[in-house]
Amino acid sequence: MEAFFDYLATSFYNTFIYQNRYLLFLEGLGNTILIAIFATLIGVILGILVAIVRVYSAQTGKLKWLDWICSVYLAVIRGTPTVVQLMIAYFMIFSFIDNTILVSVLAFGINSGAYVAEIVRGGILSVDKGQTEAGRSLGLSAATTMRSIVLPQAFKSCLPSLGNEFITILKETSVAGYIPVMDLTKAADLVRSRTMDPFFSLISIALVYLVLVLGMNAIFKAIERRMAKSDRR
Amino acid sequence: MKITKTILAMSLAAVMAMGVLSGCSSDQQSLEKIKESGEIVMYTNAEFAPFEYIGDNNEIVGVDVDIAKELAKDLGVELKIENVKFDTIIGAIQTGKGAFGAAGITVTPEREEQVDFSVKYVKSKQYIVQKTDSNFNTIDDLKGKQIGVQLGTTGDLTIDDALMAAADREDGTDGILYNSGAVLNQYNSAPLAAADIGTGKLDAVVVDELPAQAIANRENSGLKAVEMKYSDGSTVEEEYAFCVQKGNTELLEAINNTLERLMAEGKIDEYVLNHTTQE
Repeated sequence: MEAFFDYLATSFYNTFIYQNRYLLFLEGLGNTILIAIFATLIGVILGILVAIVRVYSAQTGKLKWLDWICSVYLAVIRGTPTVVQLMIAYFMIFSFIDNTILVSVLAFGINSGAYVAEIVRGGILSVDKGQTEAGRSLGLSAATTMRSIVLPQAFKSCLPSLGNEFITILKETSVAGYIPVMDLTKAADLVRSRTMDPFFSLISIALVYLVLVLGMNAIFKAIERRMAKSDRR
Repeated sequence: MKITKTILAMSLAAVMAMGVLSGCSSDQQSLEKIKESGEIVMYTNAEFAPFEYIGDNNEIVGVDVDIAKELAKDLGVELKIENVKFDTIIGAIQTGKGAFGAAGITVTPEREEQVDFSVKYVKSKQYIVQKTDSNFNTIDDLKGKQIGVQLGTTGDLTIDDALMAAADREDGTDGILYNSGAVLNQYNSAPLAAADIGTGKLDAVVVDELPAQAIANRENSGLKAVEMKYSDGSTVEEEYAFCVQKGNTELLEAINNTLERLMAEGKIDEYVLNHTTQE
């Protein structure tokens, strides 16, 4: 037992304290959070736009070509692994951008947009058709009906799946190290290659990711509770 | 109809991707451009002590970095280091994202098809990391064993070659480990592979000399590092070089000049010593 605590103490010292390595982890954590937040933002905006286009096109038969572009986007993004997309973004599509954090934000954002689009589309379809009809017959434009009547209700029903998607993005940023970005996982890789102790750094960052996800969970619970206030059931 | 559409979409995406591909390969890190921008970009994987690793101030240091700094000084520019996965480096140099790759890269015929290599500046032997009570000395000893390597490294290529049948090998004979039941396990880093010796999943890890010793010398590692030999007693020797984009002869010459000067001055041995003794 004592030997185990000795191991813990030595490993903790070697992994975090020695040569101020905790700074490396902090930098990595910062980048992980930064990438996750902005990728989520891009994903949400892109996802909502794509979802609206697809629903609108399916209901009215207009915007066929835009709908087609969206389907290609969904097929390609959902049909290829994130890490492959990240490498393609870095080497080819965004090779003119020098800021690698920005490249990973764009890559993860575009990736997430495809998943968010399907979640939001499901949410919009779950809103009863009568809601749109009511809005339209009250004289609201199609756009206003969508913005003020359909989307708020859709948002509520897709919230749990959205939360799930945000958690997924946060964890997927762990492959960012394939390009020159120092995320939390890469920081652990670097330190591990010095300490030659694979377990401690892995368990440590696993705990950090877990804490982050639990935090996100709590936030989403709070939002869901707030949203449920208007439920009259 | 739906299927036709999907096929159409896929082929369009493929065509677009190809357009992007051909568009970006024109990036050239010419010597002129480097001097103009005042910055030379080196690609490396800082998980390979003593050649590149995280040092005192959480900055990337190592033998390759010392050499690269001398190169930058000779060219009168700043050195910028990009730290990526080892298998990303060659691609980054090919596409011209970086000027040169320096990561203890062994010169192999396959790699020579992708990039141009500088003069070789350091020799490294392959070592077998194993439990202290194991007794693996030659490749033959690894027959039927579970072998770990770091993906894309020389150890990986050596063992992979030894596992191949005659038809796939250049010299037309069966590899030493062919059909012996030996299994190659590829990891993202050597220490991670070495950890699986402890868990019993691996019998041995094949890796370059200096990292092998760093792994085995860790306190209570229960591991030792033994020089790997062929059954005739010859060692499995590898030589490292810097790499640049194919056809970039001006930059290659500049790198060769610096490397040759450093070798003549005995500086490279000094760097290796510096980075191995401070541990």
